Amino acid sequence: MNEIVEGFIQAFQLIAALDEEVLEITVRSLLISLSATLIGSLIAIPIGGFIHFREFGGKRGLVTIIQTLYALPTVLAGLLVFLLLSRSGPFGFLRLMFTPTGMIIGQIVLIIPLMIGMTLIALSGVSRTKQDTVISLGASEIQTIVVIVKEARFAILGGVILGFGRAISEVGAAMMIGGNIRGYTRVLTTAIALETSMGNLSLSIALGIILLAIAMMVTGILFLVQER
Amino acid sequence: MIGFDRVFMNFGEKEVLKDVSFTIDHGEIFTFIGPSGSGKTTILRLIDMLERPTSGGIFIDGTDISSMKDRDRIAVRRTMSMVFQKPSPLRGSVFENVAIGLRFRDIGNEEIQARVPEALDLVGLGDYQERKATTLSGGEMQRVAIARAIATKPDILLLDEPTANLDPVSTETIERLVSTLKDRFGITVVLSTHDMVQGQRLADRMAVVIDGRIGQIGTSKEIFYQPMTRAVARMVGVENILEGTIARNDQGLASIEINGTSIVATTPLSPGTPVTVYMRPEDITFHVKDGVRSSARNEFTGRITKVLPIGPMVRMKVDAGIPLIAVITQRSYEELGLGPGVTTDLAFKASAIHVVERTEAD
Repeated sequence: MNEIVEGFIQAFQLIAALDEEVLEITVRSLLISLSATLIGSLIAIPIGGFIHFREFGGKRGLVTIIQTLYALPTVLAGLLVFLLLSRSGPFGFLRLMFTPTGMIIGQIVLIIPLMIGMTLIALSGVSRTKQDTVISLGASEIQTIVVIVKEARFAILGGVILGFGRAISEVGAAMMIGGNIRGYTRVLTTAIALETSMGNLSLSIALGIILLAIAMMVTGILFLVQER
Repeated sequence: MIGFDRVFMNFGEKEVLKDVSFTIDHGEIFTFIGPSGSGKTTILRLIDMLERPTSGGIFIDGTDISSMKDRDRIAVRRTMSMVFQKPSPLRGSVFENVAIGLRFRDIGNEEIQARVPEALDLVGLGDYQERKATTLSGGEMQRVAIARAIATKPDILLLDEPTANLDPVSTETIERLVSTLKDRFGITVVLSTHDMVQGQRLADRMAVVIDGRIGQIGTSKEIFYQPMTRAVARMVGVENILEGTIARNDQGLASIEINGTSIVATTPLSPGTPVTVYMRPEDITFHVKDGVRSSARNEFTGRITKVLPIGPMVRMKVDAGIPLIAVITQRSYEELGLGPGVTTDLAFKASAIHVVERTEAD
């Protein structure tokens, strides 16, 4: 019990003193997950748009698969990207294993299904009449998608924020692809896993508090966005 | 010119349109009237290419649009605008809402700055440019939707039940606007409504749509007074529908036997022809027994069996040997001392009766 209390005290000291290592890990976590979210959005939102607006065979099946992948285990996303990026894999020549870029790719794979799914839900929230109105006013297919996405932008942004939440909190892909290299690929979650196993509870708790604070901020932003 | 040639439309198992054919001339106001769910909206959506017909041809100025490629369809669609029953405000200002069709067409900013206020002035909302579209009332938004549709200067304006959800004042504003658009700009206006009187007020010609079929096409006068079928007659409020046989015909003035009672009507049909007889309830007149003959050919004495007030009018069921339904003003009803059980004289003109040969289908 004493250990835990002591851990908390030390944790607050580390945060208050802006401990260099804690700060560095936090900034890296944010950079990697924000990059993954940004690139993921640029891929997921247009794909969501095309799935929503286009009629094609197997559409319902595809949507079911996407929904299933919301729950894609992080270690499976990690394994998939590992197979692709490892030396013997098809993209091994890019030498992205154990790099932040590789981690970004892993997180993108992880969150894209969720963001596509959220985009689909957001777009289906825009009434059919509104879509018909836009088409009847002479919009081309691209123009229609742009206007309807704009109409649904707050709901879509909610999905993007959810994606970020999943990216920053995952540990499987970050560990398998990043390798938890100190000062290079170590992020909040992998650091917590490692430090805990090594008995450095105070550092783990400090990093945990920061992770929770980020999660709280994300939820807060999500709340504000959906209030509008 | 807009033409439908034997158009069928199915949504899954449901046949929404069955063998629909018509032509709408350039610059006319054409109204589809019919009950909800009869297929009016589908016809408008087919013209705007929001749906593809299951079979049949749809022509705009002679070109079949039903089988066109998507790219060409956009070019044709940009000559039209459609206003939906429920107007959809898009995010942003009223100005941006009205400008959007112009932006889709890559029209320059300078022209947009000129055309948007012009369109808003036309619907009487010139001061609303900066307002947020989502804060408008239903009637205001419907007018913005019309401004949005006409800002693109379409050749064809499609209005789907434009006043169905509006108050009488907004309805009048929109009806006046529709007439203005036709008169000033020569726009072809195609309108759907379940309000027959609105159809009559606005339309040059109208088509009655019943259960996915066109019941009749004609001027409002033709449809209101000369319905071709029982279904059309019912739809347009012709409540007296009787079956009989022509007994004699003297140069177009015929006697028709209905259940042993004889009435006189104008028709060229020859004796022995089975007919259906249509008469509007307003065409029956009542008068006190004073021995003075009216100018009407048909005079009867009948007993009032049922009375139902409808606003300023009174609807009565009268047994005059043949069952009749009549509508007169509340004032006349009181002055003539009419009421349930009262026996009264009534009359209707031979020309008020529309006679149609009865076929197997009837």
